[in-house]
Amino acid sequence: MVPITTFHYLVVAAALFVLGVIGVLTRRNVVIVLMSIELILNAVNLNLVAFSRMWGRLDGQVFAIFIVVDAAAEAAVGLGILIAFFRNKDTINVDEIDLLKW
Amino acid sequence: MNPGLHQALIAVYTTNTGPGMEPVATPFFFYLLSGLAIAGGFLVITRRNPVHCALALIVTLIAVANLYLMLYAPFVAAVQIIVYAGGIMVLFLFVIMLVSIERASRDRRFNRFWPVGLATACGLLALFVSAFVKGRALFPDRMIAIPEGSNTQQVASMLYGEAGRMGQYTFAFEIASLLLLVAILGAVIMTKKKI
Amino acid sequence: MPNFVMSYLGSTVTPGEAGNQFWALVYVLIIFAGVSLAVVAMNWFERKALAHFQIRLGPMRVGPHGLLQPIADALKLMLKEDIIPAEADQFVFWVAPLIGLLAAFTVYIVIPFGPSQAVSDMNIGILFMLGVLSLGVLGIVVAGWASNSHYPLIGALRSSAQMVSYEVAMGLAVVSAVLMTSMKTGTGTLSMIGIVESQQQQGIWFIFKFFPLGFVAFVCFVIAMIAETNRAPFDMAEAESELTAGYHTEYSGLRWSLFMLAEYAAMIAVSSIAVTLWLGGWLRPFPNLLRAPAWDLIFSLFPSLTFGALAAIAVVGAMRMPAHSYFKVQRIGLAAFAALLGLIALFLLVIAIAGRSSDATVAARLCEGIDYVYWFVLKVSLFMYLFIWCRATWPRYRFDQLMRVGWKVLLPITLVVLILTAIVGVIVP
Repeated sequence: MVPITTFHYLVVAAALFVLGVIGVLTRRNVVIVLMSIELILNAVNLNLVAFSRMWGRLDGQVFAIFIVVDAAAEAAVGLGILIAFFRNKDTINVDEIDLLKW
Repeated sequence: MNPGLHQALIAVYTTNTGPGMEPVATPFFFYLLSGLAIAGGFLVITRRNPVHCALALIVTLIAVANLYLMLYAPFVAAVQIIVYAGGIMVLFLFVIMLVSIERASRDRRFNRFWPVGLATACGLLALFVSAFVKGRALFPDRMIAIPEGSNTQQVASMLYGEAGRMGQYTFAFEIASLLLLVAILGAVIMTKKKI
Repeated sequence: MPNFVMSYLGSTVTPGEAGNQFWALVYVLIIFAGVSLAVVAMNWFERKALAHFQIRLGPMRVGPHGLLQPIADALKLMLKEDIIPAEADQFVFWVAPLIGLLAAFTVYIVIPFGPSQAVSDMNIGILFMLGVLSLGVLGIVVAGWASNSHYPLIGALRSSAQMVSYEVAMGLAVVSAVLMTSMKTGTGTLSMIGIVESQQQQGIWFIFKFFPLGFVAFVCFVIAMIAETNRAPFDMAEAESELTAGYHTEYSGLRWSLFMLAEYAAMIAVSSIAVTLWLGGWLRPFPNLLRAPAWDLIFSLFPSLTFGALAAIAVVGAMRMPAHSYFKVQRIGLAAFAALLGLIALFLLVIAIAGRSSDATVAARLCEGIDYVYWFVLKVSLFMYLFIWCRATWPRYRFDQLMRVGWKVLLPITLVVLILTAIVGVIVP
């Protein structure tokens, strides 16, 4: 079989990234949009770790750890905002969250 | 038993290839894990019930953590499982249970502008495909072996060491802890009923 | 064939390091069988011990002194009707106990029963264990949601909030123990076998190191592990009088037994972590101080002495059975059990004497292996008794008191212990 190279991992990461983008742009439920953002972040992480292996340095892995930390912080704050909004408007539908226009 | 076969079996089953050893059945595990990850990602964006989407995302996260293991990054894999799959996904499931009213799962799945979104994503996909086809030569086929035994120590020396090549990321580490503090405060204040 | 078995028994690395899939599979099957047997024994022991704490007798009828009670329970659960609530989410309802079970059993990959008796000694062993244990929370949350009913949902939310809170305190206590592994050599290690070997090199179990720092960290870990497995006095989420059994209310028959299996397996797993980190894992008492062959022989006799004592207790029990025709079968059963235990004791005695007296390879290796496993299992059994003792002794914490203890008491204490351990480790050479 073809030995698995960095390129294979990049293709998988690109596929996950595109799936995440489709989820962000298409879904109606805000929680699922946030989950698609997590998919995008994971794709980026996979890219970083694959390149770290390609060059033999650990910078990619350290950056990946920082991205995981960042994703945790962002998920917490994003879900907090969502809960605050849900308390006011009683909906989690992106079509109905359009307060800034008449 | 045939002594030659006996010796061969012993040789096969007791080979000690030492630390940082050869991985086993790499293409099989790569295709299995990446198939699981992509299938999980597809289920995340297409299921109607948000709890199903969360479970599919957990499958994706664990598959990606195993891909990190295959890339000789055990520490990042452990951090991914502890933080992402064990922490963030529990948070997501909590919030789904708090906000998921019954009618949400009977709503339509995709929002009003889904054709535009899909077209944009297809454009992005075309961009990736052209980048990979044209730039195939940019990604050399070599994979440098990083010894697995001291991965955690090396990551730690990059995060905690003194200035210079070791300890390049110490400052970023401190800033990340500040970021987490701000995120904790933000999440608590956002969800209080009266500030 | 014996050559093949011997060539493996003589290895000094775990099957994971040797890349030997067949022996790894054999170890996995042995661990699976052992944990299932331990869960069955734990079920019986819990009912008998709780009963004796409450000055009553517990199950006495099913086998002699209730020894066959867990088997009867398992049969009953398997034959019960499998009820699924009407509006429940079928797939998620089915998958939830499996998530908990997978999380509880995957931890056993890195648990070291001896210096080369682990399925695979990963370099990030302790991180792997913490991570996989935290996946068990997902099973509970999803089980509560899938039942589509109020009590399970509230129970699941409370239970998972509790588990996530006490994971933080557990992680910090573990970090302070891992910090102690770097004291003599300057480089710490996260691998479970490495942690026990560093305790052997430093000549002291970590529970006694920098007294009282190691001891306080150990106590905090024990409290956190009791809360993490939802055991009393932290079992608000599944207590019958509070929430009608919490997240597993709607589960009946075999599915409920899967939850119970996952809970007991998680208890044994976190006890193994505590034993490995603080109590010296597979090391016998005083491995460095009392190193003469005579001491080796004396300590090797312990397994056979233990089984001999159990056999003696069974014989006494058989002799004290009432002399009535209804008890004839029980008396014979208990005597047969005593004979079985006595045979095991005799076998272990022969191995111990043969292994320590000469240096013949088969007996010596077997004796060493049995000794390592015996001391490890003995320490874990002490923890199991501690779990039951805590359940019998203390009343339940209310949920807000529980969260207060997790965040406002345990977290500051573990942080202070970590900082003090680091300071003392730098000052004391």
